[in-house]
Amino acid sequence: MSAWGWRRWLLIGPPFLWLAVFFLLPLGVVAAISLTQAADAIPPYTPLLTHGPNGLELQASLANYREIANGDLRAYGNSLVFAGVATVLCLLVGYPIAFAIARAPKAWRNPLLFLVILPFWTSLLIRVYAWIAILQPTGLLNRALAALGLINSPILLIYNDFSVVLGLVYGYLPFMILPLYGSLSQLDENLVEAAADLGARPARVFFAVVLPLSVPGIIAGALLVFIPAIGEFVIPDLLGGPGTLMVGKVLWQQFFDNVDWPSAAAIAMVMVAMLTAPLLLAQRFVERPHSSRMGANET
Amino acid sequence: MALLEISGVSKNFGAVSAVDRVSLSVEQGELFALLGPSGCGKTTLLRLIAGFERPDRGRIAIDGGDVTDVPPYRRPVNMMFQSYALFPHLDVVGNVAFGLKQEGMARGRREARVAEMLALVQMSDYARRRPHELSGGQKQRVALARALAKMPKLLLLDEPLAALDRKLREETRLELIGIQERVGTSFVFVTHDQEEALGMASRIAVMDKGRVAQIGSAAEIYERPRSRFVADFVGAVNLFDGVLAAGFNAVALKVPGLEAPIALLAEAELPEGGEAALAVRPEKLRLSPGRPEGIAIAATVEGINYQGGVSVVHLVAASGHALKAQMASAAATSFERGMPVWASWDPADGVVLAR
Ligand SMILES: Nc1ncnc2c1ncn2[C@@H]1O[C@H](COP(=O)(O)OP(=O)(O)OP(=O)(O)O)[C@@H](O)[C@H]1O
Ligand SMILES: [Mg+2]
Repeated sequence: MSAWGWRRWLLIGPPFLWLAVFFLLPLGVVAAISLTQAADAIPPYTPLLTHGPNGLELQASLANYREIANGDLRAYGNSLVFAGVATVLCLLVGYPIAFAIARAPKAWRNPLLFLVILPFWTSLLIRVYAWIAILQPTGLLNRALAALGLINSPILLIYNDFSVVLGLVYGYLPFMILPLYGSLSQLDENLVEAAADLGARPARVFFAVVLPLSVPGIIAGALLVFIPAIGEFVIPDLLGGPGTLMVGKVLWQQFFDNVDWPSAAAIAMVMVAMLTAPLLLAQRFVERPHSSRMGANET
Repeated sequence: MALLEISGVSKNFGAVSAVDRVSLSVEQGELFALLGPSGCGKTTLLRLIAGFERPDRGRIAIDGGDVTDVPPYRRPVNMMFQSYALFPHLDVVGNVAFGLKQEGMARGRREARVAEMLALVQMSDYARRRPHELSGGQKQRVALARALAKMPKLLLLDEPLAALDRKLREETRLELIGIQERVGTSFVFVTHDQEEALGMASRIAVMDKGRVAQIGSAAEIYERPRSRFVADFVGAVNLFDGVLAAGFNAVALKVPGLEAPIALLAEAELPEGGEAALAVRPEKLRLSPGRPEGIAIAATVEGINYQGGVSVVHLVAASGHALKAQMASAAATSFERGMPVWASWDPADGVVLAR
């Protein structure tokens, strides 16, 4: 190997090592546990390898996965739907905000971005409790509406799908705004002017130039919202009703309430598989950011 | 009626007066240059015409219609940006077709027009390339084709050739002139390269600190500059600053350091006692070993700058003035460093610049 070769490994080696030790290794452990059975032991699962008459024997079983496949799949569907709806809403709410910040006078941009990040200074848990105080039947919103004479009896704003989606959108909005701002603030102002110069009205400028050029930001923001939203536990647990089943909640129940680590591990592996699909899809987009489809129909 | 009529237009950015009371008009079919040093407001003036900036004062009319309050997308002008501003997500065809799509031109006609434009700028072979797959010169051609595709009445070009190397620039300059003649559109182009302005433009507006210093044909600007700034900025020049005094039968310029006042052939009335400058182009300066008749300045040869066909002889006058004389290289070989010479010129070649 040339000198340049090993130096390159020196550069990209540490991140790889980091990924291997802190990501691949734990993932391997979880995958291994998912193939065992729950047991009244420490740790609470049957060993994967046992000493038998023929030496070491592999005790792997797909029973946990079979159980998932035959069981109630609503939690998985719900997670996908909730995460998907939250992602779309984050995009619809976040895009105008990111656009406005990117177009704001230079001196305003950093303070505005700071306001977007500000909620992170408080724990998500506390902020979700604040939403309970706002949304509950005797909460701020209901009392305000009643005081204004708009409602006679409290309306149900919490412990339903609405409050879960609201919580997800609220919690993950900054993850959408930041990458969108990143790509919108890099947009060359001359391109916008050139489009206007060629006769495009403001709406056309947006759809023909600004939107296509911000696709990388949209993809990044969508992934940053969608992926953690699928596994989200705190928000559905606190804001959702008893019927709001999401994967994160099921996993929590298996792990802590039922002390069934192997089942929980299997659920986690299914989640990883669910997340890999959109990632692979997004990669295809990002690798060809200006794919030929976009230009082909321009003539 | 002029195609473009700018009257009393000013534009300030905070305390900076980028364009200051500019009035000018451009006729149908002209190749009009805005020439001036960096920061003199050329780009700002172009952006005012295109509609990206709104004037603080003054009006802009195109083809007889006042467009001062008309947004860029409704003005019958197109601009070729200094950075080209090609859409990176569209290929060459998509870029050139962009303006036609906004017009709602039917697909068949649009395709024909795009093909025609690409042929005009010789880019037909690159129709499906993306901007990032093109060289600087090719991008420039696409930008030109895109701006021309809508057949605007007026095309604005911001330093269209600045990004090209010298040889390509000269070729493209000729091409631009050819295209302009073929399509008949009026061009207003910005440049800070005087050679480019002199070589291409039918008329030139020289700008200085946001103002128009002089408007005229290349020959007028070069031969008859009206101010010290224009004489100095456009081409090389020998300048003599002095005070006007009454001579024998004409006004003369008393230049500190010169023993005799320079008699002037002044067409205009010049105020006696006023400050003025005399400009003599280097190619008008004659050098001789013996003292000639008329105006003559004693000088010493400082050095000879060979430039191929011509050479520039640098001189220092006894008065301290640094002078330049340009001549055929063959003629310059008769001079050498340290040689005493007399510099003189035909009085008709001296241009009086009242300040
Ligand atoms: N958007 C702006 N905000 C503030 N000042 C500006 C702005 N645009 C231009 N200026 C100022 O206005 C003046 C004229 O600028 P302009 O870009 O028109 O110059 P120019 O003649 O095109 O120069 P160059 O040859 O360097 O391109 C400069 O002093 C510049 O700093
Ligand atoms: Mg400029």
